Amino acid sequence: MTALRFPLLMALLGALVLVLFVLSMAFGPAGLTPGQSAAALLGGEAGAAETLVMREIRLPRASLAVLVGATLGLSGAALQGYLRNPLAEPGLIGVSGSAALGAVLALQTGLAAAFALALPLMALGGAVLAVLVLLLLAGPGGGAFTLILAGIAISALAGALVSLVLNLSPNPFAATEMVFWMMGSLADRSFLHVWLAAPFVALGGVMLLALGRGLDALTLGEDAAAALGIGLARLRLVLVLGVAAGVGAATAVAGAIGFVGLVVPHLLRPLVGAQPSRLLWASMLGGAAMVLAADIAVRLIAPERDLKLGVLTAIVGAPLFLHLIWRTRREGL
Amino acid sequence: MTLLSLENLTVRRGACPVVDEVTLSVGRGAFVGLIGPNGAGKTSLMRAALGLLPHEGRSNLATMLPEVRARHAAWLPQMREIAWPVSVEALVRLGRTPHRRAGGQEADHRAVANALARMGLDGFKDRRATELSGGEQARVLIARALAQETSLLLADEPIAGLDPAHQLGAMEVFAALADEGRTVVAALHDLGQAARFCTRLVMMHQGRVAADGLPAKVLSPGRLAEVFGIRAQMIDTPHGPLFQPLERLT
Amino acid sequence: MRARAGIAAATGARHWLGGLLLAPWLACAALAGARDAPPQRVVSLNVCTDQLAMLLAAPGQLVAVSRLARDPHASAMSVEAEGYATTPGGAEDVFRLNPDLVLAGSYTTHHATAMLRRLGVPVAEFTPTRDFDGIRADILRVGALLGREDAAEAILAAFDAELAALRADAPDDPPRAVLYSANSWSSGEATLAGAILRSAGFVNAAAEAGLAYGGTLPLEQLIMLAPDAVITGTRYGGSSRAEAVLDHPALRSFTDTRALLPLSDADWVCGTPYVLRAIARLRAAREALP
Repeated sequence: MTALRFPLLMALLGALVLVLFVLSMAFGPAGLTPGQSAAALLGGEAGAAETLVMREIRLPRASLAVLVGATLGLSGAALQGYLRNPLAEPGLIGVSGSAALGAVLALQTGLAAAFALALPLMALGGAVLAVLVLLLLAGPGGGAFTLILAGIAISALAGALVSLVLNLSPNPFAATEMVFWMMGSLADRSFLHVWLAAPFVALGGVMLLALGRGLDALTLGEDAAAALGIGLARLRLVLVLGVAAGVGAATAVAGAIGFVGLVVPHLLRPLVGAQPSRLLWASMLGGAAMVLAADIAVRLIAPERDLKLGVLTAIVGAPLFLHLIWRTRREGL
Repeated sequence: MTLLSLENLTVRRGACPVVDEVTLSVGRGAFVGLIGPNGAGKTSLMRAALGLLPHEGRSNLATMLPEVRARHAAWLPQMREIAWPVSVEALVRLGRTPHRRAGGQEADHRAVANALARMGLDGFKDRRATELSGGEQARVLIARALAQETSLLLADEPIAGLDPAHQLGAMEVFAALADEGRTVVAALHDLGQAARFCTRLVMMHQGRVAADGLPAKVLSPGRLAEVFGIRAQMIDTPHGPLFQPLERLT
Repeated sequence: MRARAGIAAATGARHWLGGLLLAPWLACAALAGARDAPPQRVVSLNVCTDQLAMLLAAPGQLVAVSRLARDPHASAMSVEAEGYATTPGGAEDVFRLNPDLVLAGSYTTHHATAMLRRLGVPVAEFTPTRDFDGIRADILRVGALLGREDAAEAILAAFDAELAALRADAPDDPPRAVLYSANSWSSGEATLAGAILRSAGFVNAAAEAGLAYGGTLPLEQLIMLAPDAVITGTRYGGSSRAEAVLDHPALRSFTDTRALLPLSDADWVCGTPYVLRAIARLRAAREALP
């Protein structure tokens, strides 16, 4: 293991995000050349078709990929740090699913139409409930398998309720949208969604990044961390709210995208010397890069089909997840 | 100056007190061995003293703000937990958490280097802590507590599981800390090591302090029979007192 | 047109026992031969055949229509449908009505119609109509099946006359339009909606993007096509992500300078004479374009 010098790693990850962002802006069915794209984005005449495509369709899509990815990577790293369990991931343990339930309720009851913030707020509420139930059932010391079992139950229930709400909707299209809510997509999202999610994602991000010191200390266990002056009750509260705000807002606009919070911390952990505080920052950038890359891939693999992001992240993530379970079992963690 | 002061400290598990009205005062420059059979309340006493357990009575540490307390007293739990494969140096540096870089990176660096050197871990700096043997991990965790550079160190069975050389090494480190004017309170099961290195022993029995004083005085045949149910022999040697349990009393 | 029904039915029954393949032929032959004894208990299971049957049936001849016939989003005759009983369309429900003719679409009620045929109920299947010739054929076919040929001829004559009037004085330089609905779905030339668009004096710009039938037209492509008008559907209640694309700010600001016509509705769904109403409204909207 070579613990890359941390600033260098961050610079590399930042550069990766930037490159993927530019690539994401360059892909689309409109068939613009890179030159046209850049010109339209930076100096295009307002109202021109190219300008609209670049500024109103591709820019929000790429921005949302960054926001959603960053919050999922960060939340995964934070949950893992707190639970001291590399299998904790907002999608797998039902937090995203519950956020989707909140979002679907906000949309189908008409609450979101009457009051736009109801959408992220209800999603946040769903996520808070899920995290609280999880911490109750499978808090620190609860073990990896309790966590996974609790997550399966919460995911299944949330998924079923999302399906129920969609089926009861007066809108005939809603019933077919289970796959969006359970797999996630950024197709045709706009700046409305960016502005709706951004404040919550930012708030959640600030809260979670502030936990670095406490999560580092938790490497030694709860007792030692408490004796090092870490207020565990406050840490837990900030963690729950931070994860819920970020994952809630991201899910409300992009659906539940699984495995990002699992894959990214796992890949980056060796590169930050396994320190939870550094992993938070690195996973934030890594998550953004992964969702940007997945969103480019869905457009390359099946243009015009709206292939769901969760399909790709699961194809990468599920085998890794199984590998981690196997390793956890072998090591008897 | 008193570093640890407990007054009528009581911890209940349900209705049953596991620490019962303990009053204790420890000053500077002491190496206190906390002894007693399993379930005597040693761990609960130390955790309650730190404010980590709900309790009645008063502990000077528990009344401090957590961050202030962490600069005053370090705690080495019995459970040796290392959750992530961090480097030994990074793990030991966690002891600097409460200082928030108050003395600059220089002070942190020095404290970590001293702690590693004291525990004989110089060559382990860049190793992954999770890949070390159990005994090595125990020493790394002691080094972490040392790096906290507190005037008081509370340790729960710090030498359990160490090989003889490293048991001696750790006890010598604790004794040296006491010589420097710092204070160590350690729960110990090895009465021989306790008798030889500690400046004072506190013997606990069923949540209460059964005896408190110099090792030779505390380890009297009567108390050993009553509290531990054993007979033992203590001999004075040039290396200090030699304590050997001989048989169980039934 | 009987051949068409035969092929559709054969396709529908492909998964069933081979012997069943003969049933529709026998049923059709029997119906054709029994022209002087028209069916007395007709049940329709498809929103489009519902409307043709309601237009053509003699009083009391049509026993039940599909539930969708009463849905104003899908049926141009939702009000008229209130005067008929509805059926959920399951084989058991339909068989209980003791029909002597069942009209059905060829796609969604496979299992029910296959079962009804086994039970000896004559079934006539209709494929979705893609053009006005199809509408004409369906009117005549339903007329023949119901023994209402005269009524069918009359409706057809009125349809042709009105269609000719609506198509008169088409513009020399027709505006370009794109049909756009939920899930970025657009309809090309070879669809009923495309025919309506053409008849109202528009050019279907989706053809420039290579869309001949129906398919997704990404929002980016729609904007790059820069049509003069975007014709969307009327919205359902509740909320759906499928329809969210119609609220996309890019589409909104794009249509600031162009026409966004939320015109497509139940009149567009089925090949019935009601497409004339759709053409008339669309034509009026075209004439109102700047």
